[in-house]
Amino acid sequence: MLLNRKYLPIAVTVFLFALMFLAGAFRYTGFFSLQVFFNLLIDNAFLLIVAVGMTFVIVSGGIDLSVGSMIALTTMISASLVQEQGWPPAVVIPLVLVLGTLFGWGMGAVIHYFKIQPFIVTLAGMFLARGLCYVISINTITIDHPFYQKMAQTKVSLPGGSFVSISVLIALVVVAAGVYVAHYTRLGRNVYALGGSEQSALLMGLPVARTKIAVYAISGFCSALAGVVFTFYMLSGYGLHAMGLELDTIASVVIGGTLLTGGVGYVAGTFFGVLIQGVIQTIISFEGTLSSWWTKIVIGLLLFLFILFQRLLLVRPAARKL
Amino acid sequence: MGDWIGDLTEKKGVRPLLGMTGIYKHFPGVKALNGVNFRLFPGEVHALMGENGAGKSTLIKVLTGVYSIDRGSVELDGRQVAIHSPRQAQEAGISTVYQEVNLCPNLTVAENIFIGREPRAFGRIRWKEMNRRAERLLRERLQLEIDVSRPLADYSVAVQQLVAIARALNISAKVLILDEPTSSLDRGEVGQLFAVMRKLKEEGLAILFVTHFLDQVYDISDRITILRGGEFVGEYEAASLPRIELVSKMIGKEMEALEERPKTAGSARGPRELLLEASGLARQGAIEPFDLRIGKGEVVSLAGLLGSGRTELARLLFGADRSDQGKLRLGDSPGTIHSPRQAIDEGLAFCPENRKTEGIVDDLSVRENILLAMQATRGWLRMIPRRKQEELADEYIKALNINPPNPEQLVKNLSGGNQQKVLLARWLLTRPKLLILDEPTRGIDIGAKAEIQKLVLKLAGEGMAVLFISSELEEVVRVSDRIVVLRDRKVVKEMIEDDIGQQQVMRAIAGG
Repeated sequence: MLLNRKYLPIAVTVFLFALMFLAGAFRYTGFFSLQVFFNLLIDNAFLLIVAVGMTFVIVSGGIDLSVGSMIALTTMISASLVQEQGWPPAVVIPLVLVLGTLFGWGMGAVIHYFKIQPFIVTLAGMFLARGLCYVISINTITIDHPFYQKMAQTKVSLPGGSFVSISVLIALVVVAAGVYVAHYTRLGRNVYALGGSEQSALLMGLPVARTKIAVYAISGFCSALAGVVFTFYMLSGYGLHAMGLELDTIASVVIGGTLLTGGVGYVAGTFFGVLIQGVIQTIISFEGTLSSWWTKIVIGLLLFLFILFQRLLLVRPAARKL
Repeated sequence: MGDWIGDLTEKKGVRPLLGMTGIYKHFPGVKALNGVNFRLFPGEVHALMGENGAGKSTLIKVLTGVYSIDRGSVELDGRQVAIHSPRQAQEAGISTVYQEVNLCPNLTVAENIFIGREPRAFGRIRWKEMNRRAERLLRERLQLEIDVSRPLADYSVAVQQLVAIARALNISAKVLILDEPTSSLDRGEVGQLFAVMRKLKEEGLAILFVTHFLDQVYDISDRITILRGGEFVGEYEAASLPRIELVSKMIGKEMEALEERPKTAGSARGPRELLLEASGLARQGAIEPFDLRIGKGEVVSLAGLLGSGRTELARLLFGADRSDQGKLRLGDSPGTIHSPRQAIDEGLAFCPENRKTEGIVDDLSVRENILLAMQATRGWLRMIPRRKQEELADEYIKALNINPPNPEQLVKNLSGGNQQKVLLARWLLTRPKLLILDEPTRGIDIGAKAEIQKLVLKLAGEGMAVLFISSELEEVVRVSDRIVVLRDRKVVKEMIEDDIGQQQVMRAIAGG
């Protein structure tokens, strides 16, 4: 076989992204430029960050529904502390990152020690975090702190006249770190083992409890970091921010080739999964006449195709063994 | 207590690597291990034998740290040890390869061998080094040349077993436990595994081997320890323990002590009308080709040790598993049976071995459980009227003497024997021509056993054919007109009335 079967889903994702981008390039003038590509990253930096965390969760065989609410809560806490209490961002940002990590850690502990489905625990976490936003305020809190302004507006110039935002750099660092952790550390490999078979992982003497909890802590950290980046992007805190983002995130991860059953998936695949979401949005905005709901429709169809495709991949190996 | 002193084999000058003495493990209501002894010497393959409930798996779980013992001592390398977790067992040098391969199919072969102990440099996993080591380990110790960077799921169960062994070896195992490793392997693969076992044995590894295949026991093992009902029966040199004695010790009947019981089955009823005929029926990995004819009003028993293929044979007849060769004819209909549904339509009924998981619906009442199969054959749209349901339930509760005689009692509150009768009633209600009973008397008390045996004979007297599967020789001999003996997934002998005796059956089970 030319290509190892395990790389097939990610290859399909990359191919699909390239195809869509080229299709856009042929159809619309001005589409085929580096800046359009970078804009994909600028507009989806927060999604990229949260999707990296979600990849770990899904590979481990779990799910995290709390990420969207966690982003909203992070924007809310940041805005309230910076704007209303006058705390310096240098304190607020580490604080929200720690809070997010602890929140995920707590959910992971409940999932593992009480043997409750991740779906229901993180659903509870989702409602909890979203509700807490309104305890802080039911209105939007606009941020005009110079640091946030600067983070939002700074353009990092790249050769060729194009630019990216600081958020994009943060997101790329997160992706790189995600790839490294997933493939070159014991923690990462234990996550894959856990997703392959929890029972086996236990019998092989792997630290199942620690790994499982770590996965949700990672996701909590990533959603808080995405929240920080989202705050830069929106320059406000609001309880209605990032509504339903957890579902977009899951969609990106699955389109990126990660199996919902766990054990198989790549952070790099997730990167392209997010880009595919972005390129669909861009095509629709270039088209001009289409409503943004078309994004959802296309994403929906793509998800169907990917799930079917993965099922076929799963069924096939049973038929032929070496 | 077993005869520890008398049956202990001598090994002069060699200290056992593993010595378990007087091990007790009780679960609520069950004495799983009752003063069991087990010794394992370096450089030997030691078979652990016993029928269902003998305590084999409990002993292995004690060794691997899944259970902790109530009493007794475990010595490893001359030092007393207490094993509390699988991890601890591995660290002590005891590794286990289970029947169901306990590895991660999504990871590569190399990772499955090394995960948890990957070679690293500054925390970074060195993949190339890991793959190189895995390749060398598999090649040098297991004579296996495969691409270690492919996912484990790409390989056959046999290769997966070998990879599991490689993992065990890499944890520098001194004791290797192989729990029924051969049950899903074909003949060639078993040979491959045995070659590896012989080599490892020569390298000084102590191997504990559990299997149901007698041929394999004599093929590979040096010594044999037998357990029965949680008790230690003895430890023997394989070469000096005749098969027949092994079987009698497992089943728990001394050859001399076997007395012939008067047969209660009706004697020669003349030639019978043929009901079912299987010719050359087989399913790969489950049972080798066999011929079987069952006539009306006949009780045919399947005898053999656990895992000899009794249940597999019955499942083929019932269409629960697909046969891959041979023919099956039922009465006048020419076709083969493809599904349980079709089998039921043709007048077959099957009481499965495990009533808890495959038969009884715990939270339904006795009446509902009894009527389940009948309702299913009628289709759910034609509900049996409640009055009729109650009549039928009452009739069968009376006929089978189900206790308490309350049709609205939830089945889970009944004793095992009564649950079995409810299951029987369910199938009797469909008026089957052939009733298959898989271990109908396991785990129920003696009185209920006798009642079920009597019932079988009564049904046969009324013209129903019964295929009776049981591990208890006495019962098999008592109820059968004909006994089909299975060994190692093969029908090895068919015995008719005159030469049916416990001794003869046991001899056939043991084989030559």
